[in-house]
This record gives sequence, C-alpha cells and structure tokens, in this order.
Amino acid sequence: MTSASRTTEGSSIAHARWGSSVPWASRLQPQNLLWLLLAAILVVLILAPMSTLVIASFTDAQTGNWTLSNYAEAYGRARHVTALTNTLKMGAAVVALKLLFGVPLAWACTRTDMPGKNLVRYGVFGAFIMPPYLGGVGWILLAGPNTGWINRAWFWLTGATEPLVNVFTFWGLVLVTAIGGFFLVFVFVSSAFEMINSEMEDAANILGAGPVKTALKITFPLVLPAILGSALLSFLGAIALYGVPALIAIPARFPVVVIQLSEFFSFPLRVEVAAAYSVPLLLITVGLLGLQRLILRRKGYTSLTGKGGERRLVKLGRWRWAMFAYCFAVVALAVLLPFVVLLLAAFNRSWTAGFSIDNFTLRNFHYALFEHSSSQHALVASVGIGIAAATLAILLALCIAYIVQRRVLPFGQVLAFLAVSPYVIPGIVLAIGFYAAYALPPLALYGTYTILVLAVATRFLPIAFTTAVAGMRSIHPEMEDAVRILGGGRLSVIRSVVGPLLKRTLAGGWLLIFVLAAQELSTAIFLVGPNTRVVSVVLLDLSEEGRMEVLAALGTLLLLMIVAVVAIGVRYLGRDFMLRRS
Amino acid sequence: MDGLVLRNLGRRFGAFDAVADLNLHIKPGEFVSLLGPSGCGKTTTLRMIAGFIDPTAGAIELNGKLLSAPDGSVPPEKRGMSMIFQSYAIWPNMTVAQNVSFGLKLRKLPREEVRRRTGEILEVVRMSHLADRYPSELSGGQQQRIALARAIVVRPALLLLDEPLSNLDANLREEMRFEIKRMHDEFKITSVYVTHDQSEAMVTSDRIAVMNKGLLEQIDTPYALYTRPRTRFVASFIGRTNFIAGHRSGDLIDFTGFSVPMAAINGPVASSGELTASIRPEAMRLTTEPSSDENAIKLEGTITRSAFLGEAWDYVFRSRNSDVEFKVAAPPSEKFEVGGSAWLQIDPRQVVPITD
Ligand SMILES: Nc1ncnc2c1ncn2[C@@H]1O[C@H](COP(=O)(O)OP(=O)(O)OP(=O)(O)O)[C@@H](O)[C@H]1O
Ligand SMILES: [Mg+2]
Repeated sequence: MTSASRTTEGSSIAHARWGSSVPWASRLQPQNLLWLLLAAILVVLILAPMSTLVIASFTDAQTGNWTLSNYAEAYGRARHVTALTNTLKMGAAVVALKLLFGVPLAWACTRTDMPGKNLVRYGVFGAFIMPPYLGGVGWILLAGPNTGWINRAWFWLTGATEPLVNVFTFWGLVLVTAIGGFFLVFVFVSSAFEMINSEMEDAANILGAGPVKTALKITFPLVLPAILGSALLSFLGAIALYGVPALIAIPARFPVVVIQLSEFFSFPLRVEVAAAYSVPLLLITVGLLGLQRLILRRKGYTSLTGKGGERRLVKLGRWRWAMFAYCFAVVALAVLLPFVVLLLAAFNRSWTAGFSIDNFTLRNFHYALFEHSSSQHALVASVGIGIAAATLAILLALCIAYIVQRRVLPFGQVLAFLAVSPYVIPGIVLAIGFYAAYALPPLALYGTYTILVLAVATRFLPIAFTTAVAGMRSIHPEMEDAVRILGGGRLSVIRSVVGPLLKRTLAGGWLLIFVLAAQELSTAIFLVGPNTRVVSVVLLDLSEEGRMEVLAALGTLLLLMIVAVVAIGVRYLGRDFMLRRS
Repeated sequence: MDGLVLRNLGRRFGAFDAVADLNLHIKPGEFVSLLGPSGCGKTTTLRMIAGFIDPTAGAIELNGKLLSAPDGSVPPEKRGMSMIFQSYAIWPNMTVAQNVSFGLKLRKLPREEVRRRTGEILEVVRMSHLADRYPSELSGGQQQRIALARAIVVRPALLLLDEPLSNLDANLREEMRFEIKRMHDEFKITSVYVTHDQSEAMVTSDRIAVMNKGLLEQIDTPYALYTRPRTRFVASFIGRTNFIAGHRSGDLIDFTGFSVPMAAINGPVASSGELTASIRPEAMRLTTEPSSDENAIKLEGTITRSAFLGEAWDYVFRSRNSDVEFKVAAPPSEKFEVGGSAWLQIDPRQVVPITD
C-alpha cells in the first residue's frame, strides 16, 4: 500500500470493522419477486405443457402407469405411418414451392430494376394478412373439380367434361399451403439481400464472371443462411398447419399428421395417443434446427451479418417485364385470385350461379353477423384474443428481454432460451401440450378464453421477444442508471423510460402478433370449447357444411377487421413495419 | 463518521482486480476527483459507490450508514445519490422540465414544490427558456446542463460524475468545468468526479485521488499533488517532471553532479540508500551568468534542444560535469540558442523525493 492511502485511512475509520452488514430492509427489492414470477410464467406457458405432453405420451390413460402402448397405438397402423410420411413429403414440396415463390420475388424487389416493385410488395403484404385457410377456400372456389371457376370456364370454352385442374390433390394441397406462407421466405431473404454489398459482386465481375454466374456463385451463397432459415420455418409451418389440410387433404383422401391428430382428439378422445403421435414432430423440428446450425457453422457464414455498404441494382434489361410478370403471377396466385373469388362469393346468393344482378346479395353478411349462432360472437372473440395474446406476449417479452439484456439475473439466458423455444414447437403440438396440462381438472381450463389466450400468446412469444431484444439494444444502459440513482426502482425504469422509448418498436411487434393471433387456427382447433369458438374455427365448420357464401362473407369480415387494425398501424408506424425482419 | 468512507474497498472480475484495497474518506461538502489513466478502475469505483456494482471486498459507508459490503448492498435507488453520466443519459421521451423534475416526483414532493424547484434550478443552469424542449432539440452542452440540473435539484447526499465532459468539444468543456465548480460552490454537495483529464480535476476539485492499476496512489489538494508528488506515477501523470537518481550520505543527498543538504529538502527521506527525486521543469531557471543566490544549486551546461510553445519555452539542458539532462520551462522572453552555454539554477525546496 502506498503512503498516500495510509494517510487517508485515518484512525477514525479503523474503529468500525465492516463485519456488520447492510440492513435487510433496505436490501430487499420487491422487483426480485417479479423475476421469479416471470420464470414461473414461462414454466407455465412452455415447460409445463411440453413436459406434460412428453410425460402423457408415456402414460397409460387408465392406470397412470408408465407405458409405450400410446406409441404402439399411434404408429401401429399403416395409415398412421403413411400420414407421417405424407406430411414430410408434403412439407418438402411446400418448402420447394415457397422458395420458388419467395426467393425470386425477394431478389427482384431488392436487387433489380424491375418495374412495379411496390405493387409486388403490397401483394406479399396481402399474402401475409390473408389467413391460409381463406386462401384455401378461395382455391376451392377456383379449382374445385366440378364447380370451380377455372374448370367451369374450361368446360364452357372447350366443351370438355374432364376438369382441367383439381385442388383436392397432393399438388393442390402443396400449392395452397405454399401461397399461405411464402411471405416469410420473402421477408427473410429480402433482408439478407439488403445486407449484401455490391462490391462483393463487383469483385466477381472483375474476375470475369457474368451476371448469371455472379448471381449463382456469389449472391445466392451469401443469402443462403436466410434461405435455409426461412426454409426451416416454412417446413415447420407447413407440417403443423391445420386449416389447409382440413379443407383439402380430407376430401383428397390424403392422410396427413394434423388430420390424424384431430382424429385422436375426436371421440373417443385419446390425448395420450395424440401426444405420442406428435412427439416425433417435435423431434423432427429440433433435429432440423440442429442441422441448420451445423450447416451454417461449418461454412462460417457469420461474417456476412451487419455490413451494409453501397448497393447497386441489377439491370434486367428486357427481362424486366418478364420478371414482373412472374412476380405478378405469384401475387395473383397467392392473393388476387383467391381474394376476388372470395369476395364474389360473399356477395352472391349462390357462388356457382355466375355473375348477374339477380345473384347479388348482402344476405350473407347479414346472416354471418346476425343470424348464425356463433359467428358474431366468434368475430369478437378472435379480435379479443388477438388483442389479449399480443399484449400478453409483448409485455412478457419486454420483461424477459430487459432481464436478459441488462443481465439482471444470473440465469437470464435460460429465460431467453425458453422465450424463443416456442419457435420450434409446431402450433398444433403446443395446443396438445396445453390441452394435456391445463384442459382437465384440477385447472379445467378447457373451453375458457384463458387457455386460448395463453396458448396463442405462447405461440407468438418468440416474435415478441426478438422485437423486444432489438429494441432494448438501442437504449443506452445509462438512461436506466439515471432513473435508478434518482430513486426509481426497476419497475419505474420500465414504466418511465424503457417503455416509452420502445413504444414504436413494440407497437410494430404487437400488430404483427395481433394479425397472426386473430387468424390463428392451428393452436385454437383443439382448445376451443363450444362457447369459445373463434372465427377460424367457425369458418372451418361452415366449409364442412358447404356454406361457402356465408363462409366467404365471414372471412371477408375477419379480413376487414384485421386490415382496419393494420391500417391504423401503418398510419402510425410506416408502411414497412411488418415486412422488416426483427 | 460523516461523509463518504471507502474502507479496503475491492472489486474483482474473475481473477482480475479492477480495484484493490481502496481507502478514502471524503468529507461532507468536499469535491474529490478520481484521476487516473484508462482502465485504472475509476468507473468501477464510482459505480460501486452508486450501488450499480457490488464490491467483492471492503465496505462503503455514507454518513455512518453502511451501504455496500460483499454480502449485500443497498440498491442505487435507495442511496439518495445522483449521478451525471458520460452519455448524459437525458431521457429523450421527456421534455427538459420533465427530465429535471423526475427525481423530485419520485420523492413524492407536493406538485407546487416540484414546480418551484424545477424552475429555480433551470434558472441556475440558464435553461429556463428551453424548459419545454425535447432533448433531441438541444446541443450537447445544453444536454449536459440538463443532466447537471437533474442531478442537483434533488439535493443528493452525494453527487457522482463519470467523465461528464468527455463528449464535449474543448471550449465547451472549459466552460462546463467552471459551471460544475460554480454549482458545487453554490450547493456544497459532496461530490466524486471521475476523469482522466488532469486539468479538469485541478480546476474542479478540493482534493484529487490519483489511481493507477486499481490502487490509490495519492490523495491531496491539487497544489500539493503537483508540488509534492509522492510516487513516480503521480509525478509523471500530473504535469511533466524530471526524475533524478541520488543517494544519501550523511547530511547530504548526492545527486550526479550536485548535492543537496537534507535540511533543505521538504518531505520524508529514507534514512539511507538510493532514492529518486522529482524536479518540475518550472522549479528551475536558466540564466546566462551563475546566479548570486546562496541557497540555489547552480549547474553549468549547454542547451541541447528547444521548442517554443507560445506561453513558454521548452528547453533541454545538459549539465557539463554529469551529462544529466533536464527539461526546463522558461518564460517567452528568456531565449537561449541550441548549443549555447547556460547556467541552471535549482531551488532545493522543490526537489521532491518520491517512491517508485
Ligand atoms: N464487468 C467487467 N468484467 C470484467 N472486467 C471489467 C468489468 N468492468 C470493468 N472491468 C475491467 O476493470 C478495469 C477497470 O475498469 P474501469 O471501467 O473502472 O476503468 P476506468 O478507470 O473507468 O477507465 P476509463 O478511463 O477508460 O473509463 C478495466 O481493466 C476493465 O477492463
Ligand atoms: Mg470509465
């Protein structure tokens, strides 16, 4: 020790040994309880349902004993196994098609001088807003084997008696599933394209590579991580999607996993078997995620991230309009055609009767709104669940992101891991987990809105979390220290500084989740009770009853409500808030 | 004990001691700077005082109350302190007035008092006319004034400042130094000021604590620190200096080429053996003729280098009989040619023995 510090330590300091400790009362922070609470919430939302699912799959329903019989029952029949292989085949085909749609559109919209980019962007945005099952209904109206618009036009034009197209086939299923989700590929891949710096491409050009070669050898490898990531998500989305298979795979007599699961959920109810049947789905998901990590790590793609740099647009020359035609065709398939026929059906007495003044009616809307036993209620419920789930997910994500980013807790990373884990849980599997954990006594949440809101919020928690983390990164920690040193606790920090500063970012995330939650079907299908039906479920029932006009009207109403909320969002947050990847 | 007491304070990150065995007593109303090179543990010390970091050894007390100890600490919000940050940390979602009144509202003061005190402090920092502006509409200096007002208005038990001026340009920095000093003179808030800029510390502080590698080297008034550095690090970190080696023989200390009587030297000297002393360039004078001053040490030699700095000359003088070189400062009027001979005159009272 230097002589200096010896001087400062006057004799008076020495008398009080620092064995005494800080009074507990002033050390206790009520906020600490909040962190515990958050961890508990995540356990309730994610760990408990998932572990119940796995445990249930090994439990004998009658005796409660340990057993493998559920797996034997789930996979004991050829049909059940076929459903699994069919699903994997379908998933692979859907991924291919989504990439075929999404990647060229993303490239054209970010890297080329194609005309009408904004039109295409709006089209993709439309594809995002349109629930997949409504797209499916649209395509049934368009390409049903006998009465579909395309086939009727074909009969009329050629006098043929054999339909030209049939949606109730494997490829019909694949197409409709793909158009319902390719926007995800678009969003991922276009943000990757935006990261690429023209100089990387110039370097290849100078070495003698032509534009095509450059694109294939340089540009696409650079966006490969994004393509792989979105392919993975697309696959997960495709194998777990419920609405489109329910509309198309059943009439097509093409067994798939989700339909099989719903059979286990009808009489006689065999939740344990459903759980056993869905565990491989979960394993596939986790396996794919691992594979993706492996591929990306090997190639060391991490260096790509971040660097913006100057970007020049690729001159397409005379291919400009060809590119536009392709993009327009995709948008037409995905949004325009199904939406137009849906709209027509909604205003028609009979959708098969063709255009005429006589056929025009508003009755469908009246019926959907005021006469049908549950659709009015369901509209309110869907919007309500959308609002509640989005709010819950965002609030929860904000708190967790705060803990993780500010290292408030030693085990914050565990919370972060839990918060993003629903990302790899197919919605329908999550629903079964929730059912197994909470539907029955003692909690008996089956048939309540609570279980719906919780499950849907959990499903979209990863979106909320990534949004919140990105937002937190933009706030200087000293802003928060300033609150605390002036006497504000951590809650006060969130209320007065973090919250207000993150308002816009969080509002964007909220809207995104609202749109998805208000139209959510896969999670809802096993959790709705007779009195808690949501629009998506009612729409599916209407399609089973063959009441396409009322269905179209109700679907239009749902779209209208979603568009209204989105329009408000766009007004305050700018057009691009949803197409940006968070 | 009144004031802030740091007792054997230490903070370890893994196996690395960011701060070690720090003892410091800051009296009520005193303004103390923590000065030291980058990475010496100033911020860590300050954030321990604030309660953002828990110490791994020792204790912090304020006015007799234990605040921090390795087994637990009072959280920052319960310490009644305030702090000014390097990034200003002005909340962009609040107006100037809202920023300043925030701490008062947290203290649940009556609305009338909040308004009055906010108005008063804005007056003091000359920002009243901007009360309704948002921070994005303010300059850096104005933002720092707001940070100052926000910290002072709550009349904290202790004011902590972490390099508050390092983001400002040179002119503004000078102005804000005096502003901070003025605030302190007006409100007499006990303050701890972290900086690595010695002139900033000199202007503002009653005492300066010089830190190096996590250890406290010396704490003293700016004048004592400059004229009586105790260690080699302090002598070289504060201003410029000459180090000369010597050893004690009887009542004299022999340096190469000259010796100084023990009695003339100010300060403790080891009873025997080798020692090092520091002589500031300003403690010496160059003359053309040997001076007549009896007490002064006189050396003959040549000027080997010179540089004109505007307010002074910077010479290097080489002693003829020992070849030892001295950096010497001289007023602009005292011009010497490089290569020319000169006499160096040293005031023995300004030869300061130091420890390494
Ligand atoms: N959280 C931490 N983990 C590990 N090491 C740390 C941590 N915080 C600080 N350190 C180390 O402790 C030492 C002191 O850091 P500190 O921030 O106190 O320095 P400083 O004196 O404020 O420097 P500067 O003038 O650059 O701000 C540094 O070497 C730093 O790397
Ligand atoms: Mg620092």
